[in-house]
Amino acid sequence: MTWETVIGLETHVELATKTKIFCSCTTEFGGAPNTHCCPVCTGMPGTLPVVNRQVVRFAAKAGLALNCEITRYNKFDRKNYFYPDLPKAYQVSQLYLPIARNGRVPIKTESVEKDIRIHELHMEEDAGKLVHDPWIDQTKCDYNRCGVPLIEIVTEPDFRSADEVIAYLEKLKSTLEYLGVSDCKMQEGSLRCDVNLSVRPAGSTELGTRTEMKNLNSFKAISRAIEYEARRQIELIEEGKRVVQETRRWDDNKDATFSMRSKENAQDYRYFPEPDIPPLELSQEYLEQLRAEQPEMAEARKARYQEQYGLPEYDAGILISQKALVDFFEETVALGAPAKEVSNWMLGDMMRRLKDEELEPKDMKLTPANLAKLIKLIADGKINRNTAAKVFRAIFPDNADAEEYVKTHGLEQVNDAGLVAQVVEKVFAANESAVADYRAGNQKVMGFLVGQVMKELKGKADPKAVNQAVREKLEG
Amino acid sequence: MKEILNLTALQLGAAIRKGEVSPVEAARAALEQIEATKSDNAFVALTAEAALQRAEEVGKKIAAGELTGPLAGVPLGIKDNICTRGVSTTCASKILTGFEPPYNATLVEKLDALGAVSLGKLNMDEFAMGSTTETSFYGPTHNPWDAGRVPGGSSGGAAAAVAARSCWYAIGSDTGGSIRQPAAYCGVTGIKPTYGTVSRYGLIAYASSLDQMGPLARDAADCAAVLDAVMGKDPRDGTSLDVPAGNLLAGLTGDVRGMKIGIPADCFGDGLDPEVKKSVLAVADVLRARGAEIVEFTFPVMEYVVPTYYIIAAAEASSNLSRFDGVKYGWRAEGYEDLTDLYNRTRTEGFGSEVKRRILLGTFVLSSGYYDAYYKKALQVKGLIKQAFDDAFGKCDLMLTPVAPTTAPRIGESLSDPLQMYLSDIYTVSVNLAGLPGLSMPCGFDSKGMPIGAQLIGPALGEAKVLNAAHAFQLDTDYHKQSPVGKEAR
Repeated sequence: MTWETVIGLETHVELATKTKIFCSCTTEFGGAPNTHCCPVCTGMPGTLPVVNRQVVRFAAKAGLALNCEITRYNKFDRKNYFYPDLPKAYQVSQLYLPIARNGRVPIKTESVEKDIRIHELHMEEDAGKLVHDPWIDQTKCDYNRCGVPLIEIVTEPDFRSADEVIAYLEKLKSTLEYLGVSDCKMQEGSLRCDVNLSVRPAGSTELGTRTEMKNLNSFKAISRAIEYEARRQIELIEEGKRVVQETRRWDDNKDATFSMRSKENAQDYRYFPEPDIPPLELSQEYLEQLRAEQPEMAEARKARYQEQYGLPEYDAGILISQKALVDFFEETVALGAPAKEVSNWMLGDMMRRLKDEELEPKDMKLTPANLAKLIKLIADGKINRNTAAKVFRAIFPDNADAEEYVKTHGLEQVNDAGLVAQVVEKVFAANESAVADYRAGNQKVMGFLVGQVMKELKGKADPKAVNQAVREKLEG
Repeated sequence: MKEILNLTALQLGAAIRKGEVSPVEAARAALEQIEATKSDNAFVALTAEAALQRAEEVGKKIAAGELTGPLAGVPLGIKDNICTRGVSTTCASKILTGFEPPYNATLVEKLDALGAVSLGKLNMDEFAMGSTTETSFYGPTHNPWDAGRVPGGSSGGAAAAVAARSCWYAIGSDTGGSIRQPAAYCGVTGIKPTYGTVSRYGLIAYASSLDQMGPLARDAADCAAVLDAVMGKDPRDGTSLDVPAGNLLAGLTGDVRGMKIGIPADCFGDGLDPEVKKSVLAVADVLRARGAEIVEFTFPVMEYVVPTYYIIAAAEASSNLSRFDGVKYGWRAEGYEDLTDLYNRTRTEGFGSEVKRRILLGTFVLSSGYYDAYYKKALQVKGLIKQAFDDAFGKCDLMLTPVAPTTAPRIGESLSDPLQMYLSDIYTVSVNLAGLPGLSMPCGFDSKGMPIGAQLIGPALGEAKVLNAAHAFQLDTDYHKQSPVGKEAR
């Protein structure tokens, strides 16, 4: 029998607001335990939440970008459960009237092009972290993350393969980055994904019993977990056993999922409307304004780069794959550097440096202004391309000023025709046999002579000018 | 007893500004009276030293002209569920033993800025759950009019302290009648303002959608002065309203000509003590004599108000009180085996039985399978109750009702039958469900010499009307001037 895998996703994304959802504490990642909190986010008795308007704005923008209907009258609810990382013993979330519903995300894989339906997008607060200290056998609470704003994006069970899931997540990540509402760093937990998966005989329209997988910290883990879990479920059914509805934890080291808790032990969260926060009412004008502010998304930008700048599809595709690259590209072009030239530098030398130094584009120090300067040095004939490549390599790690670097290292191009002629003279005198070879018909020798001249000029001459001078001398 | 103890808060404030009395003298007199009435058990935390220091400081500022408000230098007491920085705040519960909040309630900050002098924290029913102040971890407060009777609740300590002349006014909280009913039982004036007019920041929540703080004082004018100081929008409370504050005292003209006072017949039927009924209806006569018009109508939601209130309040309480788990502050049980055991033991040992009863009830009505039948239904009925008030205020400016069916019961009488106790909240809880202002004022005594209270209910943001009508009544009567002090051998 052939089996079909059916997958739905619940993705939690931390919003990139400066302050938390209900108080003015910083949302910055890290920090010594319990230094980014206050009586409000630690749920001290008598304190009250006040909604950060920026959270609502970001959530609404995300909803619009995912083609959702925005719930103009939306409310917060309380999800009640006891756990030490949740100091109020309830999480403020949205159940009954989430801010956005019924969205759609178009995706494309090598084999398929389709829409993933978004069931809902809602706002909620993050919980703290428990740190277990095995030395003293104690668990300690760090409340820094309490109240960091999240949106949870829930899809319909529309995925049929890991490839589709990854395509969706890449699209989601790119969209949220373009909007500037999240930095989507999986390793810091600002994008977390739970996978709901079931299998059924191909062609069936009924859904099988699903499991929910947690602790998926990379795209690679998600792919592998999906493959593992689908196989596990298929094997169970083929052996005549049943899939148990439960939550399973992915173990990256063991390459397997393990049961965490079954449906029978599922909690009753006793959701009810949060009485401390009045319902949010979003006006038509407010939504219109947000719509007008939506930035140009990846696909539109890619098309524009091809058309406006004449970039090849492949190159444009790489540039738009990360918002940090797009921003770098556009800023450099805005400073007057030719787009094609900027794109070549970025896809060539910059990508190599990033790869060698294992850096993310958003973490690199080199600035658009500095690359623009470097490109201008070439255009102005101050340095040649070979020198420029060396300069790039030198200034990349710490963003040392390109102009300064060229000056202090004496790398300006030699544009003195008299000096070039003089050196040619000298090189010819020292290599009489080579000159004779050329004249005897060995054309290859010219390259050797050009090389010798460039060497004498310490590589700083314009290669074209040197070529020209050597050719003239040989043929003259 | 010192003579100044019989002044109203406004009279004392005026005497202080004139230099006739110093804030330190006032604070000292109050502290002596607290000591003399210690057996009432009204205060659960006394901050005598801090109060005298503060009084000294305030006195200097008044002399320097930096503090000119009508209540500057006047000592008060604060209910134990209101956060006071560095001062024990326990909601009269074992589970908050030793809790000293590192922040003040917004209301406390506002009073401080105007030169208030706090004497300490007042007894209450545990987490404001109760109508008698008997569920307190610190033991019951006694009614100053009869030590064998309860002062009402949950702000029983506040009402008893004001009645016993231990402070000039007190701040209480009212979720279903917790300011108004003890005010009635103790013969003082108290008002629960419109939901949202006083910031709840720093009030430890019982039922967030119903809780509201307000004053208990000697008369309506004192209440107006306190509300003038504490009302207004607070950026720390999203449910607070942007209301113009500070005009209530100035609006007390006593002129009620043409004002329509509504008498809802359904509030004067079965179950109401005849002596209480007679005294409350007599209020209408006094107001009519001043030119008010009396209208009668039916108010057909009374049978639903108590169940609706107890479902909504308990549901919110079950969630609000979950944070008291022994992990972060307050009481933590010893000898637990694991996390669940820590929770179970701490909450079993830390909460009293009335609080547990309401947590269980609230957990039940929110649980899956029961939510629609109870909680959701209660929210729908809450809408109907609001509608009934809207209809009523189409016919009148204010409503006059009893505060409670009887005068203060004897200590020990109520807790044996919680349902009976819940039913005694029938006249007050609807006001919280509709978010309206409600005032309780003394309007007579029963044959046992216990005070009787009358309730005036206004439309949303109708504090000015409510207070003015009460003020008019108090201009022509002296029930509010009666004092239990010295009436019986203590």
